[in-house]
Amino acid sequence: MSRRLLRGAAWLGFGLFFLFPLYAMADFSTRNLLAGGRTLRAWANLVVDDALYQAIVVSLALSALTVIAMLVLLVPTLIWVRLRAPWAKGLVEFLCLLPLTIPALVIVVGLRNVYLWVTYFLGESALTLTFVYIVVVLPFAYRALDAALAAIDLRTLAEAARSLGAGWTTTILRVVVPNIWPGILSAAFISIAVVLGEYTIASLSGYQTLQVEIVAIGKSDGPTSVAASLAVLVFGFALLLALSLATRGRRRRLTTGVTE
Amino acid sequence: MSALSLRRVRDALPLLPFLAVVVVFLLIPTVTVIVNAFVDDGGFSLARIEALFSPTALSALGKSVLLSGSTALIGAVFGAVLAWLVIDSPPESMLRRAVLSVCSVLAQFGGVALAFAFLATVGLNGVLTLWVQHLFGFNLAGSGWLYSVSGLILVYTYFQIPLMVIVFVPALEGLRDQWREAAFSLGASRWQYFREVAVPLLTPAFLGSALLLFANAFAAYATAAALVSQGSPIVPLLIRAALTSEMVLGQSGFAYALALEMIVVVAVVMIAYNALVRRTARWLR
Amino acid sequence: MRFSRLVAACAASVVVLGGLVACAPPEKEDSGEQTQSGVSAREATSAEDFGGLDGLIEAAKREGELNVIALPPDWANYGEIIKAFSDKYGIKVNSAQPDAASQDEINAANQQRGKSSAPDVFDLGQSVALANTDMFAPYQVSVWDDIPAAYKDPDGKWVNDYGGYMSIGFDSAKVPAVTLVDDLLKPEFRGKVALNGDPTQAGAAFSGVLMVALSQGGSADDIAPGVEFFRKLREAGNFLPVDPTPATIESGQTPVVIDWNYLNAAETKKLPSWQVFVPSDYPVAGYYYQAINKDAPHPAAARLWQEFLFSDEGQNLYAAGGVRPVRADNMLADGKLDPAVAASIPVVDGPVTVPSPEQTQKATQYLSEHWAQAIG
Repeated sequence: MSRRLLRGAAWLGFGLFFLFPLYAMADFSTRNLLAGGRTLRAWANLVVDDALYQAIVVSLALSALTVIAMLVLLVPTLIWVRLRAPWAKGLVEFLCLLPLTIPALVIVVGLRNVYLWVTYFLGESALTLTFVYIVVVLPFAYRALDAALAAIDLRTLAEAARSLGAGWTTTILRVVVPNIWPGILSAAFISIAVVLGEYTIASLSGYQTLQVEIVAIGKSDGPTSVAASLAVLVFGFALLLALSLATRGRRRRLTTGVTE
Repeated sequence: MSALSLRRVRDALPLLPFLAVVVVFLLIPTVTVIVNAFVDDGGFSLARIEALFSPTALSALGKSVLLSGSTALIGAVFGAVLAWLVIDSPPESMLRRAVLSVCSVLAQFGGVALAFAFLATVGLNGVLTLWVQHLFGFNLAGSGWLYSVSGLILVYTYFQIPLMVIVFVPALEGLRDQWREAAFSLGASRWQYFREVAVPLLTPAFLGSALLLFANAFAAYATAAALVSQGSPIVPLLIRAALTSEMVLGQSGFAYALALEMIVVVAVVMIAYNALVRRTARWLR
Repeated sequence: MRFSRLVAACAASVVVLGGLVACAPPEKEDSGEQTQSGVSAREATSAEDFGGLDGLIEAAKREGELNVIALPPDWANYGEIIKAFSDKYGIKVNSAQPDAASQDEINAANQQRGKSSAPDVFDLGQSVALANTDMFAPYQVSVWDDIPAAYKDPDGKWVNDYGGYMSIGFDSAKVPAVTLVDDLLKPEFRGKVALNGDPTQAGAAFSGVLMVALSQGGSADDIAPGVEFFRKLREAGNFLPVDPTPATIESGQTPVVIDWNYLNAAETKKLPSWQVFVPSDYPVAGYYYQAINKDAPHPAAARLWQEFLFSDEGQNLYAAGGVRPVRADNMLADGKLDPAVAASIPVVDGPVTVPSPEQTQKATQYLSEHWAQAIG
């Protein structure tokens, strides 16, 4: 009995510690600091304030681009490594997990010259951050995709497809991808989360993404920046919860397929 | 060239795009940092490395280590407790799913949102500050402790504990029920099982996760940048000052040296972490 | 050798080479507009090269846009100045990154060189301005002779546009009146005193510490007493390590702010109980530097902007923002300065301290070694 009480108390303690600041954010963002009372002005600013709105659009575009680029780059590479170049597996895994060891701060310090070339060829839109962000999300995407590829019988699927006359593109797009869909979703959603929350590289490179704008606004308008932060957190939570629910359903369907 | 090598080259070609992106956007910046830390005015020089031993840099290193160490310890202990609570719930329950999602969000979504969460709670105009002021007449925000290292310790635990949960739950899941049942059937008490079976199995994972938390806190920048504007008490903020100061110019060399220091510390910690994880992996299969 | 090792070795050598080379991309060529007298707008050094002010106005209107950076609307009345310029000449002003610092302006000019969004003009603090004069285009405005020699570069690369005195702003409804810097150590100021920025990073904060140093017996060559005072302030629990902004002042989070007098004066308009104290015995003055980007995408508009800022109209608009425009003394004598505005410029008795670049460098060196420990 006392064990249950202890457990309940522990849950309560953690719940308070983690949920109270979120409640405080909701409260703070709807508060009228000067006149007292409640106002939704801070939340309206997400759309009304031009700079913040532009930053939101840029960040969403960046996350979409990063996900697409990452998938286009990583899925064929991982499939190829498994099927045709197993000797490279160690190297690819090492490179994919390397960003965990090299802090983003170090990357951005050394990135200046590289980005001078990038902006020379591609202009100075914030969307050029896509390339660095691919590197930043590599570890997370790699783990998800690698686990998904390991769970299916890739060799049999690929050989069957190719022996029936499919080219590599068709094999990858129409045979392998539908089978690793949970892994792709997982990689995609986590990448979106990481890109939306990324501040270090964007701010020290001088681009106005969402997080940079939140910090800039935070100096002069507390409630709006708190509202934007809370929106990002809630959006991320919804994404990851949806992913968790989606993959649960998928897993069940996969197992029924195998027993047929 | 033999036919085998030719085929090997042909097989390696599709890997080129991936390798190109990684080389250009990860390896070249890292090498740039390492090389430039040993260069000064175009030649090999240890001047920038020497700057790392100045009182400012050493003080920043000390505070960074203190911050990372304390939050790693607090995060590891409380995170392990929360991880155990999560494992105790039914595997597919909504509670477990929700808690793991929240932990993912808090651990990976970057520090800016968390900085603002605490500004809204215990900042100068925070909700909790005003409540305590109203009820007890005591100014919780006091002399702005939130905006210095003590504040950072509090906010860092907010993402260290979830990170610990994410990293430690697989280790706990690997502790099979059969082993506990076997121990009980042999007459062990709960405490004995814990002390002689669970703890030795979990210690490498626990220590490894704590090291990961240390590296995570040491390299973290966003939260500190959003909260602290006065003084550069920790190494990441010292890098920021070196890159953006309008008073002390020409400090990008110092930034390279500091970045090198950061790589070295994080690399050492991550190597130790990998060694510990490999030890645990044997049991978790 | 195993093949994967070979690949890794190739990649590694490419990487090392890349890191060592670390070169910058080639400069972009672009042509500037030609003026009537055949001189490229990019190289015009005065209005005569355009055939007079009207020619300059024509050329600027043809360009149609102006890029400015780091000009907050509340700072030295820039909001009104931008609007007046835009209305008068019909030129669209693009104001980027209002909260940026001087170094950010130079960084933006470097990163965006050759792009149409690069900044046309700079408004910089002393250190950054004097360190980057090779990025400026020399240009002498029509009222060049009216500007004292101490406030301009002989070649015309930069001109001081306005200056102010370091001051202590305080909310008289929350704290007792401040008449001496030492007042700040009193217990009534617990957790209330903020400095605008970090003195190792921002010019305003640097001048603030210098002013405090002067009040404690230091000088432009010796900033240590200032750092010592802030250490005492922190130990007394009076120092608040928060960046003050109009929002924090109005919401009461930062009841005492050490900042330029014109920024504090702007707050009085919004918060009537906000008062500004400029020490009359040891004032510290700081001027900002106006310059034209050598690679400005809109060179004629940039030069017209300068003409506007230093004209009577521009200088009066500056003065309305509480700053001391650089032509203030001459305009006062000629009666061209708006009297209501002239009255708001503070009167000082003691010798005004304006640190020279060498003194600034020595002091920032001291600060970068001791500031973090003093307030950390």
